[in-house]
This record gives sequence, structure tokens and C-alpha cells, in this order.
Amino acid sequence: MEIPYNVEERQDTGMFNAKLGIWLFLASEVMLFGGLFSAYVFLRMGDVTGTFISGSSELNVPLATLNTLVLISSSVTMIMSWVSLKLGEQKKFKQYLGSTLFLATVFLVVKYFEYTAKFHHGIFPDTSTFFAIYFTMTGLHMIHIIGGMVVIFYFLVPGSSMMNTESVRFTNRIEIVGLYWHFVDLVWIFLFPVLYLL
Amino acid sequence: MSGHTETHQEESFWRKYIFSIDHKIIGLQYGLTALVFLFFGFCLMMMMRWQLAYPEQPMPWFGWLFGESGIMLPEMYNSLGAMHGTIMIFLGVVPLAVGAFGNYFVPLQIGAPDMAFPKLNMASYWCYFAGGIVMMVGFFVPGGAANSGWTSYPPLADIATTGQTVWLFGMVLLITSSLLGSINTITTIIQLRAKGLTWMRLPFFVWAQLVTGFLLLLAFPPLEAAGVLQLMDRLLGTSFFLPSGLVVSGEILNVSGGGSPLLWQHMFWFLAHPEVYVLILPAMGIVAEVLANNTRKPLWGYKSIVYASTFLGFMSFIVWAHHMFMTGMGATISAFFQTTTMIISVPSVVILTAMFISLWGASIRYNSAMLFALGFLPMFGIGGLTGLPLGIAASDIHLHDTYYVIGHFHYVVAPGTIFALFAGIYYWFPKMTGKVLNETLGKIHFWLSMIFINGIFMPMFVQGLAGISRRLWDGGASYAHATETLWLNEVMSASAWLLGLAQIPFIYNLIKSMKSGEKAESNHWQATTLEWTDAPSPPLPHRNFEIIPEVYRGPYEYSVPSADKDFTPQSEA
Repeated sequence: MEIPYNVEERQDTGMFNAKLGIWLFLASEVMLFGGLFSAYVFLRMGDVTGTFISGSSELNVPLATLNTLVLISSSVTMIMSWVSLKLGEQKKFKQYLGSTLFLATVFLVVKYFEYTAKFHHGIFPDTSTFFAIYFTMTGLHMIHIIGGMVVIFYFLVPGSSMMNTESVRFTNRIEIVGLYWHFVDLVWIFLFPVLYLL
Repeated sequence: MSGHTETHQEESFWRKYIFSIDHKIIGLQYGLTALVFLFFGFCLMMMMRWQLAYPEQPMPWFGWLFGESGIMLPEMYNSLGAMHGTIMIFLGVVPLAVGAFGNYFVPLQIGAPDMAFPKLNMASYWCYFAGGIVMMVGFFVPGGAANSGWTSYPPLADIATTGQTVWLFGMVLLITSSLLGSINTITTIIQLRAKGLTWMRLPFFVWAQLVTGFLLLLAFPPLEAAGVLQLMDRLLGTSFFLPSGLVVSGEILNVSGGGSPLLWQHMFWFLAHPEVYVLILPAMGIVAEVLANNTRKPLWGYKSIVYASTFLGFMSFIVWAHHMFMTGMGATISAFFQTTTMIISVPSVVILTAMFISLWGASIRYNSAMLFALGFLPMFGIGGLTGLPLGIAASDIHLHDTYYVIGHFHYVVAPGTIFALFAGIYYWFPKMTGKVLNETLGKIHFWLSMIFINGIFMPMFVQGLAGISRRLWDGGASYAHATETLWLNEVMSASAWLLGLAQIPFIYNLIKSMKSGEKAESNHWQATTLEWTDAPSPPLPHRNFEIIPEVYRGPYEYSVPSADKDFTPQSEA
């Protein structure tokens, strides 16, 4: 059994199946984080005691700025890895994809220091509603980062043999991971100002 | 997916029936599991109906389930109520309508060899199965299964027993399953349509599944977010849904506070209102197929039905707060949601009217499938029209949270959707198994079900108008103003148990026909759509069609003047 348009594009839609699939998935992710951002707005509107303002002033803005830059760079290396693959430069592809994985790790390490600093100051999710939503949203975002890293690692090491056997399909796969990765990046670009700066 | 699967290797039992990636087997897995859950959810209700008709009397035969006294305690009643709703909706009707029928017939009707992502399809079923198991585990944890209603409103749900945590984990699995399923359905419909199958040539069933797919895709994630927030509240002590100064058992709760119970209601109903259309659209799709086939004429107003259903899907995202008129969210917001609610009734009426007009002047074949489809029309009509007073804020104040509401949405879902699902089973059973269901047993099943299901739900309108609250353990016995309508409790309960008995001919029919039923031809009902005209009964494993068909015409070309027979297949050049 061969599923049509698994690898090649369908003419009238201009997409292969997985590309449409990942866009639909990302649409649902928009609704997931959209729901949480709405919850943030809703809770902040009802915040008469000012825990949101006092809470966000306790967050570490320089570290978060660093993390924003790290994540944006990882998106750049992600797209470069796909471009290299399209151009047939497999070595460059591996370097760029490896850099993405490395930058993602840097992001997690910085986040680890941020979290532990909060715990040392006795700040936990149950401290206030602001920190509740801070830990929930950044935590959920981190789970998304880790999920992406697992997939990137798979394509970098155990799954990379497909590069030679089914190169078009492999390139498609990298494109799709890239779309996901840009989305995770984009979520952070919303999280950063909303949680740290406002 | 390369050539090696073409070589007709004999698959092992596990690969073929348990961890199958064939959409037909997965559809059947969904169907059987969902039917079992439907029956289980119905059993919970039959037990609750004993308590409602004969409050605080020991239950005969099944009393041992509630300890030595045999009396159902209020906590148990609440558990059964919450789990009945959860099981019927998330484990029964939606998996049957979308998981089973959608999975099985969408690829067949669009001329595809399988779903776009067969492995995701399998993962989707197993997530559903795991979610079902987790939900069942709830019954065995201390304090019993979730008991804060299927809506799980906080603050009650935040401070409820462990069963609520189990419920939330179960929901996360079910949401994952429906997410994977909806991505698969939408991609399949957009990408894998056969050559010539343009949008306006799609059978309406496929359209209904497409719109349903989008509703599941976009409405469920906010509930997942809400579920995560409630888990945080319950496990990590946050206060997303707990206001400051909340008093529980005479003491102020020791939490940071600052949360809002209303937030949950918004996030919950943002899913749960589109969910209503997830329940009804596939049912309409099935009824459209059965009606066109058995009236032997084209569906009246096919295009208006298609446009109405997409408009319905769109509107369903902006009506959710009509469930919340009583929360004090303000008259302005109420006015907005009241208006959108009145608007959304228009496409529903368009669809129903078109279906009624389709009957005009037809020489109708009254087989079991058609009887259930015909039953759907007035039943859904009653369900829809009784919803209008609930959508208007002023009249909702009187009716909110009474049995009237229960009557209303059950008319939509039980004699509405479930009748349509029965129609689907009778209509497509020959295609799925290659055998025909017994017509006499089918007709007995229909008439008994029709009588008793109305015996359950019609009196609810009366009780609701009298003001009996929907969540009372004693069935309203403590309500002085309701005493005159209390005798109806016995009528409803007797109807519920008789409805249970009325399913025996159906179950017997399924098993008997599967074993020794009459053999079905490939186009048993002389239909026009691809699953009947181009695939054998049952369709070929893993590829469905001997040759992938090409499509030349619309889905319902019945009784075309000058044609040599009264149906013209879509694949006929």
C-alpha cells in the first residue's frame, strides 16, 4: 500500500501530507497557548492586589533576554540546516542541526538557573497567581523544547541514514521539524514580553 | 511504506487485528470499544434512575455495589452522574461517530487507500483506549470516580477527591487522541481525494467529518490548557480557579488565592460548545447518506447544507458563554452570546429543513437504517427547538440547571445522534462485514427504542418547567413545589430500563448476522458513493480498492431521467 502524496506534492494543494499535518498541529498549538495567554489576561484583569506587577519585577530580565537571543539563533541554524540539505551539503547540514541542538541545551541550562534561583528565594507555583501562570507557561514551553530536541537528536544520529536512502523524504522531515521549532521559538517571543516586561 | 507491503505477506494476528494500521480495522476497534462504553455509560444511568424513582431504597440485584445496605449514597450518585456524562460523550458517542464511522468511511468515500497517516491513526486509537482505562481506574481510587459533574466546575472540582485527578489525566489522553485523529481526518480529506472528486462532489458525510475535524482540532486545546491549570491547582497548590478567602468546611482555605472559578467555565465551554456540534454534525452526515439512498432522489439543497454546516462550525466558536448566563458575567456579554446563539440556530434549521424537503415526493424504502434516519429528524427537531428558550438569557434564568436542560440536550444527543449512529450501523454493516442485518429485528429495535426513549426524555421537560434541579440525589423529593410532577420519575425510570431491554434484539442481531447472516452484495443498497460502487464488501485489506476509482459526478445522482437505472455511480463516466 502506497499512500499518495506522502513524499511528493499534490498539485492542487501544493503540499505533501505531512506538511499540511504539521500546520494543522501548529494551529492546535496556537489554540493551546492562546488558551493560556487568555487565562493570563483574565487573571491579570482580576488582579486587584497587584501580584502580577510585583511578581514580574522579580524575574531576571537579562537572563531571559539572553535566552531569547539563544532561541532566535537556534531558529536560524535550524533553517540553515534545511537549506544545506536542499543544496546537498550533508556535512553542513549536520553542523547546523547540531548547533540547533546545542543552543536548545543552552536555553534549558539558563532556564534551569532561573528556576533554581526562584526556588532558593522560596518562590514556587503556589506563591501567587502570577508565579503559578509563570511556571505553568514556561514549563509547558520547556516541555515543547525538550520534545523538539528529542526529534532533532533522532534526525541527527539514529535517523540520519535516511538522508542517503530517501533524500527527498528526509529533507521533508527536516522542513517539518523546522516548522515546529520556529513555532516553539515564536511562543517564547510572546512569553518573554508578557511575563518579564509587562 | 515502500514496495514490500505489496507482496501480500500473511500478517500476524497482533499486527492484523490489535496493532493494525489499516483504517478499517482501527475503525472497527473504535466502534466496538465505543459501543462497550456506550453500554457501560447507559448502565450507570439505569442505576441512577433507580435512586431517582425510589430514593433511599435498596437497589434490587445490584445493591451489593453500594455496600451492605444496598442504598446508593449521594457521593456515589454524584460520581455516577459525572462519569455517565464523561463516558457517553468522550468515550462513547464521539469515538463512535468520528473514530469509527469517520475512520472507516472517509477514506472509502473519497477513494483513498487509507488515512494519510496510518501510524498516527493507530496511536490515536491507543491513546483513546488508554484514556478509557484511566477513566475506569477512577472508580477504584479512594473517594470513588470524579464526582463534580462532567463539567468539573471549580472550586468544587479543585477540592474534590482523588478521582478528579484521575479524570483530568484521562481527559489529557482523550484530548491527545482526538488531536491526532482530527489532524489525520482533515489531511486525508484535503490531500487524498480521488481524481475528479472536487469539493462539491464530496458526499455530505465527508463534509460533516471535515468540519468536525476542525472543531476537534481547534476547540479541544483550550480545554487541555484548562485541564493543566486544574491539575496545577490540585497537585501543586496553585490558585488558578480559587478566589481569595474561599471558605471550605468552615475554614478559610490556605492558598494564595486571586484565581477565578469563572475562568474554568470560559475555558471549558470554549471546548464544550463546539463539542455539541462534534456530536451532531457526523450524525447529520450519516442521515444525509441514508436519506438520499432510501428516498432514491438527490439530497435537496446539497450546496446549502454544505455551506450551512461550515457556517455552523464557524459560529460554534462564538456561542460558548450561553452556558453561563447565570454566572453574573453581565448583561452586555449575555446579550452578545444570546445574539450569536440565535444566529447559530439558522444553519441548523437550514440543514434540517433541507432533509425534510428531501423526503417530498419520494417513494421511500422503509428499511431499519431509514427508520432510524427518519426518527432522527423530528427528535433532533425537538432537541433543537427546546434549546431556543435556553439560549435567551431571560428565559434561561428559570430553566437553567433544571431537568429541562437535561431533556433538551438528550433529545439532541440520544434520540438524535445515537439514532443516527444506529442508522449508520444498519446502513454500513453490509459493507463492513459482508453480511446483512436482519430487518425484522432491526424494526423491532427501532420502534421499541423510539417509544421508550421518548418515555425517558419527554417528562423531563415537564419536571424542568416545574423547577426540579438536575443534580438532586433524591429526584426532587425534597422540593415542595415539585410534588405534582414526582410521579414522572417512575415513568422515566421504567422507560430507561425498558430501553435497555430494547437493545437486546440489536445486540443479538449484530452477533447472529455476523455469524450466519445473509451474504451482502458489494453494492447492497444500490448506492452511488464510492464505498459501495467500487469496493468489495468488506473492502480489500490495506488498499480498499482493486483500482483507485475516478470520479465524474456528484454524490447523489439518484433517479436521473434518461438513465438506465435509478442510481448513477459517482465513478461512472
